[in-house]
Amino acid sequence: MDKMPAWADAVLVPLISILLAAFLSALVILAIGENPVEAFKLMVDGALMRSTGWGYTLYYTTNFIFTGLCVAVAFHAKMFNIGGEGQAMIGGLGVALACLFIPFPHWSVALIVATLAAAAFGAAWAFIPAWLQAKRGSHIVITTIMFNFIAAALLNYVLVNLLRPVGAMEPATANFPAATHLPTFQDMFASEGNPLFRGSPANVTFFLAVAACVAFWVLIWRTKLGYEIRAFGHSESAARYAGISPVRITVIAMLISGGLAGMMALNTTMGEAERLVLNATEGAGFIGIAVALMGRSHPVGVFLAALLFGFLYQGGAELALWTNIPRELITVIQALVILFTGALDNMVRLPLEKLFLATRRRSS
Amino acid sequence: MDYATLLQVLDSTVRLATPLLLACLAGLFSERAGIVDIGLEGKMLAAAFFSAAIAAITGSVWLGLLAGIAAALVMSGIHGLASITFRGNQLISGVAINFLASGITVLIAQDWFSQGGRTPSLMGGGRFESITLPFAEALRGVPIIGPLYYELISGHSILVYVAFLMVPLTWWILFRTRFGLRLRAVGEAPEAVDTAGVSVVGLRFAAIAICGLLTGLAGAYLATGLQAGFVREMTAGRGYIALAALIFAKWRPWYALYACLLFGLLQAVALRYQNIDLGGFIIPVQVMDALPYILTVVILAGFVGKAIPPRAGGEPYVKER
Repeated sequence: MDKMPAWADAVLVPLISILLAAFLSALVILAIGENPVEAFKLMVDGALMRSTGWGYTLYYTTNFIFTGLCVAVAFHAKMFNIGGEGQAMIGGLGVALACLFIPFPHWSVALIVATLAAAAFGAAWAFIPAWLQAKRGSHIVITTIMFNFIAAALLNYVLVNLLRPVGAMEPATANFPAATHLPTFQDMFASEGNPLFRGSPANVTFFLAVAACVAFWVLIWRTKLGYEIRAFGHSESAARYAGISPVRITVIAMLISGGLAGMMALNTTMGEAERLVLNATEGAGFIGIAVALMGRSHPVGVFLAALLFGFLYQGGAELALWTNIPRELITVIQALVILFTGALDNMVRLPLEKLFLATRRRSS
Repeated sequence: MDYATLLQVLDSTVRLATPLLLACLAGLFSERAGIVDIGLEGKMLAAAFFSAAIAAITGSVWLGLLAGIAAALVMSGIHGLASITFRGNQLISGVAINFLASGITVLIAQDWFSQGGRTPSLMGGGRFESITLPFAEALRGVPIIGPLYYELISGHSILVYVAFLMVPLTWWILFRTRFGLRLRAVGEAPEAVDTAGVSVVGLRFAAIAICGLLTGLAGAYLATGLQAGFVREMTAGRGYIALAALIFAKWRPWYALYACLLFGLLQAVALRYQNIDLGGFIIPVQVMDALPYILTVVILAGFVGKAIPPRAGGEPYVKER
């Protein structure tokens, strides 16, 4: 018999965790002498009440969907991929190389090729830690952390020494050719009389991210490979008895994970900056951890959690603009979400389980 | 490279290795007791901020040091609550602590000092002064040994000497005391410790308290010894390098010293020389930045001797019923 009904496990536990995180965040805002209600109103105002705000919110959401799915697929195989940040950096390199060196006739062709490049580069960066974990038994968490730093050094080297245009000071590539520029929401939805999403960076990659959510669901719950990944995640020994190769699943799951992280770079590099800069990922790889934990590694949950973090990111920028609250407030909220939905899960779950058991006993 | 330059590089190696060494020994205590700690970075950062902030407000570096240790202990307490009391995932808890420290330090710094997330520069009693060891001035004129003693061994702040003394002390505690034996046992076979009637939870909390104390020293040294004040993200990945050094040292105190000195040397060389020219072949500075991480991956992969972590590391202990 289950201790809790499924809906409580999927909805109630994360909800209480998030409320706890929100409550503590409000206390933090109070402690630095600001009004949490006013702050929340400002965030909603800046992120959700105007189409430009939505344009930014959905732009961040796109990043977090990709990195959230990246962490989630590894979670299904019971692996913790902290390397999303590095994989996204290297994915950005793939995007930049494709956009700079292939003469594309149209953005749609460029998007397809750049997507493949981003996924391939990100997956390649995840391959080494995966292979080392599967074959040599080195812990994937430590190797992916190390690979984040190695990726940063590598990207730094490539940008400063190889891809920087002659005479430029900033470590960044040249601007991508105009044919690779992706249509933004403004291009797609604004008209003469109705200027929607003005100047905001949300672009066509958002739909790619939504498609990735659907593909993720199909992969994990409707294919043989997804079944194998989940079986491996639940019990490695049982999976091995069923003839599932641990090496194969570890490597494949991490390749998918790295590929998804790499695809995040499409949004930042091709969609927004239209060139590769040094800090293109801006920590989105780490936010993926919070998103995947909060979304319970389910694509619907990941989408909603990414939307929440997109709102927090845009709202946090507004707060920093209009009040004395720095953007780092969002980092604190992110930490609290990871803490409550991830590490302190049992703190919420155990009392709830007791509560449900008690009510069930009384009713029977 | 002449002798004076060599001494300068080695001198800065010692300075840069100190925070690594303290954090590495902190991680050693924690991981030997079976609590994996990737939150070293966050604890150091919190300690760096609170030590600098309190030192700036009170003008006393010693009060700052206490505040730094207290901050790191609070972070350790959160880690213990999540990973020991509620048997949560230790890795996720560590990640949360890193982000918490990264955000909260800037938030409070902005609220207290309004200087864009930094503390005012520390002056006078707000910093750890360097100590001149006895006879350093007198021996300075002696060739070779004189400068070595004056430049390299003398003239550091007290926390540097504390850090280096912590190495034999850690070895003695872990391998020569009853507490150390139990602490190592709890990281290898907690069920055996439990059967012997010793509290697993108590030992693990003791281990992470020591971890908090040492990361507190490391952070305080960063902000009040190595530099004069706190700036955002000032740990700059040192917690992760310490973690790398811990694996490199295969969870042993003396090897931790060597690993930290090696990684400190890499940092010192990268700071002093941008690109190293080896007779036409140029090593870019980024290689020096990445080298600790690459070495760790190689060691972890078991290509150069196998690094075997404590057996019960990362696993919450559930008492049998």
